[in-house]
Amino acid sequence: MDAEAAKLIGAGLAAIGAGIAAGGVGNVFGSFLQGALRNPAAADSQQGRLFIGFAAAELLGLLAFVVAMILIFVA
Amino acid sequence: MASEGGKIDPMGQFTIEPIVPIELAGYDVSFTNSALFMLVVLGAIWVFMLGGMKREMVPGRWQMAVEGVNGFINNMMSSSIGPEGKRYVPLVFSLFMFILVANFMGMMPFGIVPGVHGFTVTSHLTVTAILAILSFGTVLVVGLWKHGFHFFSLFVPHGTPWWLLWLIPLIELFSFLIRPFSLALRLFVAMTAGHVLMKVLAGFVINGMNADAAWVPAIVSIPSFILMIGITLLELLVCAIQAYVFALLTALYINDAVNLH
Repeated sequence: MDAEAAKLIGAGLAAIGAGIAAGGVGNVFGSFLQGALRNPAAADSQQGRLFIGFAAAELLGLLAFVVAMILIFVA
Repeated sequence: MASEGGKIDPMGQFTIEPIVPIELAGYDVSFTNSALFMLVVLGAIWVFMLGGMKREMVPGRWQMAVEGVNGFINNMMSSSIGPEGKRYVPLVFSLFMFILVANFMGMMPFGIVPGVHGFTVTSHLTVTAILAILSFGTVLVVGLWKHGFHFFSLFVPHGTPWWLLWLIPLIELFSFLIRPFSLALRLFVAMTAGHVLMKVLAGFVINGMNADAAWVPAIVSIPSFILMIGITLLELLVCAIQAYVFALLTALYINDAVNLH
């Protein structure tokens, strides 16, 4: 296989990671909403934790993006 | 930046160009567009803060805006650190404001004026890494100053079973050392990815409009344009969330240093 083609295939495979991280972020917000609808009074105090979970899940998707960018532009 | 051949260059917007070339002792210390936009951000924050610090008894709208932001950070610090959190409000407030305004400055449509190029300060790892080092360095200095060598008990959580004492500190140390990298990478990649995405969509719109076939604008350009409006709104949300997450994580890390969980 051509090295250039392999790079582009690798970058495409990295996009799978971004998609899975999207699932993770959705899970974070979905679970929060599920809990918040059951106990709306406690929801506001947990918003900090919501965003910590969001940040942790999002970071892994962003890392997949970094891998794709490195493969396309740097490697 | 769509050229004639229909090839778009999504990375061109991140180029750092010297505006006033300066060379000092063999080093290139030119005044660049990045430095210019940092000054613009500083000026914007300055105007915003000075306009709201007139200390009127009955606050006007502007003063309410400034007090709102200040109260937001104040609340976050006291809820995550406790009464001692007040001392770190200036640091976290400055970090939050700088990142927030820098992110928004990058989203502003400066490109409407011919010859002017917008620039996102926070889309460069060098800038975000310095911000992360500021946050991480504060944690180290505060922790070691307050607790001395007792600070290293941070790596041994309460209730660790004796037969895990060889593993848990290693994991804790690793997760501690990776903090500045995750802080810097998150902000940098979120801004870069958003701007690349918007530039690619803008390329779809422009190239579709210039296409020879008559059906292309209706099928490609219009949906891309509608999608781009949505993505732009999402990016504005991401700008605010990233600034908030950076400030929140800094607050939590300082909490670790102050209270030693």
